[in-house]
Amino acid sequence: MRQHLAILCDNKPGVLTHVAGLISRRAINIECINAGYTEEPDVTRINIVVTVDNKWELDQAVNQLAKLIDVIKVVNLDDAPFVSYELAMVKVKCPDAQIRAELTNLAQLFNAKIVDVQPRSLVLRITGREDHVQATLDMLQHYEVLEIARTGQISLSRGLVPVKDM
Amino acid sequence: MRMIGAKALIECLKREHVEVVFGYPGGSVLTLYNELYKSNIPHVLTGHEQGAVHAADGYARATGRTGVCFATSGPGVCNMVTGIATAYMDSIPLVVFSGQVATNLIGRDSFQEADISGITTPITKHNYLVKNVNDLPRVVREAFYIAGTGRPGPVLVDIAKDVFDRELEFEYPETVHLRGYNGNVKGREEDVVAAVEALRQAKKPLFLTGGGVLTSGTSALVCDIVKKAGIPVVTTLMGKGCVPDTWNLHLGMAGMHGSYAANMAITDCDLLVAVGARFDDRVTGDVENFAPNARIVHFDIDKVEINKIVQADISVNGDLRWSMPLFADRVLSLADDWDGRFASWRNDVLAHKAAHPFASQPMGRAVTPQLLFEAVQARTDADTIAVTDVGQHQMWAAQFYQVEKPRHFVTSGGLGTMGYGLPAAMGARLGRPQNTVVLFTGDGSILMNCQEFSTLHRYNVEVKVIVFHNKVLGMVNQWQRLFYNGVQAASVIPDFPDMDKVSAAMGVPGFRVTSRDDLEAGLDKLFRTPGPALLDVVIPEEEKVYPMVPGGKRLDEMILGETEGGTAE
Repeated sequence: MRQHLAILCDNKPGVLTHVAGLISRRAINIECINAGYTEEPDVTRINIVVTVDNKWELDQAVNQLAKLIDVIKVVNLDDAPFVSYELAMVKVKCPDAQIRAELTNLAQLFNAKIVDVQPRSLVLRITGREDHVQATLDMLQHYEVLEIARTGQISLSRGLVPVKDM
Repeated sequence: MRMIGAKALIECLKREHVEVVFGYPGGSVLTLYNELYKSNIPHVLTGHEQGAVHAADGYARATGRTGVCFATSGPGVCNMVTGIATAYMDSIPLVVFSGQVATNLIGRDSFQEADISGITTPITKHNYLVKNVNDLPRVVREAFYIAGTGRPGPVLVDIAKDVFDRELEFEYPETVHLRGYNGNVKGREEDVVAAVEALRQAKKPLFLTGGGVLTSGTSALVCDIVKKAGIPVVTTLMGKGCVPDTWNLHLGMAGMHGSYAANMAITDCDLLVAVGARFDDRVTGDVENFAPNARIVHFDIDKVEINKIVQADISVNGDLRWSMPLFADRVLSLADDWDGRFASWRNDVLAHKAAHPFASQPMGRAVTPQLLFEAVQARTDADTIAVTDVGQHQMWAAQFYQVEKPRHFVTSGGLGTMGYGLPAAMGARLGRPQNTVVLFTGDGSILMNCQEFSTLHRYNVEVKVIVFHNKVLGMVNQWQRLFYNGVQAASVIPDFPDMDKVSAAMGVPGFRVTSRDDLEAGLDKLFRTPGPALLDVVIPEEEKVYPMVPGGKRLDEMILGETEGGTAE
């Protein structure tokens, strides 16, 4: 099962290594991981999506993460309703005007934005839920994709209460 | 007060009441050693950095205080990695200070550079790389706090060389502010109540006491409960000493080389109360069939340990210093007739204990392990601290040597580090100079850190070393004989050096015993020689450690020995 974890930790060097290292040592698969600043300057939020076989494995991961000295809090977002989004950028080859027109049309249909246009290529920016991003990428496979960069999902719980108060 | 980083570190150690530092100097810690030299903190120069870290560990185990060591960058602190892992596996508080190359050289493969905070991340409770001198006092304060509180463990503080020379305005922080760490773990009182209720419903309860009882200093409370309620006890290797070995309801160590009575009690009990134990595979054997008839109550400070290996029916997550007083209060204030309720269960376990004591096979005039331990026991008192290395002699020590008090049995349990014993015994004796310290070691283990004989001599640290000399790497050899058709690959060392001469060359008098006829005379020499001394005792190489639960088997499937043959019913 896939689980979305939000990890609040001290904004100090080495934190991401500690978190990622622990997860890999315990042989848990990370699907994606990203880190960034938060509303508090000394707190970093690491968002990870892990695949675990069962509840026991998940509890182990959460407890082990919580044990790290520089981890302030670990919350499993799947325990309550949450929203989850991803950003992807795709560079596609477009050798002629017809393909450019097709891609522009496709971008419109998928609510993607074209953020770079060159004589022989363009870059699409897609934001959305995971399946939306995936559907867009699937369609783009019919063209010559040169490069893909994805952030992985970031997630927030629904409602008033932030993760730090959960 | 303005001072340089090195001086500030020494000031920090004074505020932490550090009594002794074990270490080895080198390029990146020259300024630190210069300041240490000017201070009145004693420093023990070991023969090897591994000796320093094990000595700090032995000191910590014997005293309960945090062990401190120094090493230089690169090879210096890399030599401490095994010792840090040893301490981590057994939850021993250490603070290791290492020099790092100067800030502007970090990450450039500089001379004697190693990313030691990266290397030690999986084997430390926490670690730091200090690049700014102003962070130093806070980091040191945090390091000691983290190492010594909660579930203790080693903390590494890696300090760039230039930090030692930079000036700062020194002020030692009064308090520690760590949002992600709580050193005082209290759990839910209702869990303790549930544990008491489970005990009231039990007919065949058993306590399994682990190293956490010693760490938390709650041995007296645990003894109170089991003695007043008449509940049998088994211990893990790390828990040896929390309940006196001579108490009649103490059934001995459990697990792979545990006693028949202990393993059968785990198999038969209807309630297993595990206190500060983590169900190591050496204790459980086949986990699926561990304590198959029992409800499990698990007291532990570390939430990660709850349900990690064995599913607990009732778990009390919290510091034993919090849970054990509550548990003892409630159990002891009840008017239950514990004594009557558990009487027939006690008879069962005592019958097992009487029927299958630990025993060595008598072999002509040879000194057997049992004979040796009994002879040493007769010459030592309850204040003696027994230290072991790793292997057959370690298991024999756990089986035969009676320990009466907590922190009087020092051994590398979780990691099983050969070479641990000699430096650890040195640290234990330096921490407890009034107590006799005896090291039991094997001919494989003693060679691994034998350079520390020179340290024992230099500082006149009175450790009495007894080598179980059988010219084989005994435990490896035992497994090979039992499970590899007797092919003794790389485990026979016929040209093993005379350890009495090795130690004598480094200034520690050595003696030798080859038959039971001169055992007493040999022990006389060992114990009457002032200062450190060694007794090399030749024992039969065929002698094995029994009982033995082969890996992955159930605890009741133990092999009792060669003559009795077969397995337990």
